[in-house]
Amino acid sequence: MTPPHALDAHLRIDRGTFRLDLPLTAAPGEVVALLGPNGAGKSTALRALAGLLPLTEGHLHLDGTALEDPATGLHTPAESRPVGVVFQDYLLFPHLSALDNVAFGLRCRGADKKTSRAQARPWLERLGLAEYTESKPRALSGGQAQRVALARALAVRPRLLLLDEPLAALDARTRLEVRAQLRRHLAEFEAVAVLVTHDPLDAMVLADRLVVIEGGQVVQTGTPSEIARHPRTDYIARLVGLNLYQGTADGHTVTLADGQKLATTDELTGPAFVAFPPAAVALHRTRPESSARNAWQLEVAGLDLHGDQIRVDLTGELPLTADLTPAAAAELDLAPGTMVWASVKAAQTRAYPA
Amino acid sequence: MSPAPPTAAAPDTAVSSRTRARRRSARIPYALLLPALLGLAFLVLPLAGLLVRAPWSSLPGQLSSTEVWEALRLSLICATAATGLSLLVGVPLAWLLARTDFPGRRFIRALVTLPLVLPPVVGGVALLLVLGRNGIIGRWLDSAFGITLPFHTSGVVLAEAFVAMPFLVISVEGALRAADPRYEEAAATLGASRLTAFRRVTLPLIAPGIGAGAVLAWARALGEFGATITFAGNFPGQTQTMPLAVYLAMESDPEAAIALSLVLLAVSITVLAGLRDRWMSTP
Repeated sequence: MTPPHALDAHLRIDRGTFRLDLPLTAAPGEVVALLGPNGAGKSTALRALAGLLPLTEGHLHLDGTALEDPATGLHTPAESRPVGVVFQDYLLFPHLSALDNVAFGLRCRGADKKTSRAQARPWLERLGLAEYTESKPRALSGGQAQRVALARALAVRPRLLLLDEPLAALDARTRLEVRAQLRRHLAEFEAVAVLVTHDPLDAMVLADRLVVIEGGQVVQTGTPSEIARHPRTDYIARLVGLNLYQGTADGHTVTLADGQKLATTDELTGPAFVAFPPAAVALHRTRPESSARNAWQLEVAGLDLHGDQIRVDLTGELPLTADLTPAAAAELDLAPGTMVWASVKAAQTRAYPA
Repeated sequence: MSPAPPTAAAPDTAVSSRTRARRRSARIPYALLLPALLGLAFLVLPLAGLLVRAPWSSLPGQLSSTEVWEALRLSLICATAATGLSLLVGVPLAWLLARTDFPGRRFIRALVTLPLVLPPVVGGVALLLVLGRNGIIGRWLDSAFGITLPFHTSGVVLAEAFVAMPFLVISVEGALRAADPRYEEAAATLGASRLTAFRRVTLPLIAPGIGAGAVLAWARALGEFGATITFAGNFPGQTQTMPLAVYLAMESDPEAAIALSLVLLAVSITVLAGLRDRWMSTP
């Protein structure tokens, strides 16, 4: 029996001046990202889901079981929830080896030392850490520690996986690689995953659905592309000011699912994302004869004033948004329904592994 | 012991090459140097005197007497038992003070540290009033279980624990405050009860603090005099620990007192060396 929502929660927490009011539902296998600026209440929400912070009002149901309901005084403590948490700085137990860190949760659930270790080992192997089982956390790199933390959280087979800024503690280089790995592991995870981040790129790459919160309130929810295309607050628009596509890369070309090809200067093979900011898009009345290899004829769907720029929403073979100066928009005489040519220089796109 | 103490100038040539680069600018004003050297002499000279005046020729004979070994054995056993008792109740007490918040916590904390500043003899009197044969609890212990604590070896352990436990509690509480409580939260999310999290995560994290506190408490217990003699008396083989034996010997046989003091000094130096190596990474 699978309920329509594996996770069904309404988190309401009053902490004096701060008030969190967050309805949150998710289907099995769904990855939801809570995205928002610092102090928006993301971490508070995560702690409430984990059972580390009691709700003031609302409810929390997981797989049809009530875990918390302040109205009836129900509060399942953290240790009794089928929840796994990957903390921002991982919090690997420094006195235990990587293997014993992963085995910790299994031992707490009654397995003996030998059994728990035997069960923990495959998790480390799955995350590519077979040769680090005996390493102490301080001997691991940031990316390795992150994977041990993920293995530790997954080993207890949680029905709800929580990730607090899972990539924030990594340097830029490691981040790219770990992000792609984390995406794969999250895609394999069959229960609900909720991740908290202030980085729109992390959220868009990792999550199926975004919940944007500001000041403890939900300001927008939707798929990454919906949110990127139709930001409803300045914060989101600034945050997600990107055109993002998923496809398969072969050298300098990324082929999207519908056959569209995008040229990039980054070279890679396999599943990939391509992103470029709206400001990188140039619009023309006639087919551009420039060196830009990425050119499509599209229809103007809408025009919006966005700061001191005009944001143009385009539909057609490759839906995208473009930012223009008001002068350029006037010169092109743009209106909904107008057909224009859009071009993007390969050098202004970014491609990275999916 | 070398009879010629090094002059102020002699070490200068030896040390300067090593420290010149680091402390060249450090000109020490004489107004500070003089009292500093006086302080150093005050701390070191009595110990040196102990070594100088030690009856080295008769020492083997002094130390082979059964009373000495009996007192030393009793001292070591009681100090270790007092440390064990302090660990058993002191670590949970430190946890309560560091990790929970209850009304009057600050007041309780002040009470716990009181024995640090209380004259030990007052502690002995207080113990006697509570646990003595006519004491508030002691009377009941005596009539109900036939247990008599004062003037018994167990009384020595109690007196020493009373004086030494605050050292352990303060040390462990400090370690707990320094340890990140979020490790306990991480353990909880993995299914650990608070007790399991304490046992498997918190305890290993604060082990160095517990070790340092235990060594301090043990050393304090080993030297305990006032509370012990007041509460447990001075019966050879039963309650006469080394400090008591030293004090008693001073009246009748000063040479024996010096010999006993040397033994305690050796034990203290050993403890300090162990403490330094294991718990304190001095720069």
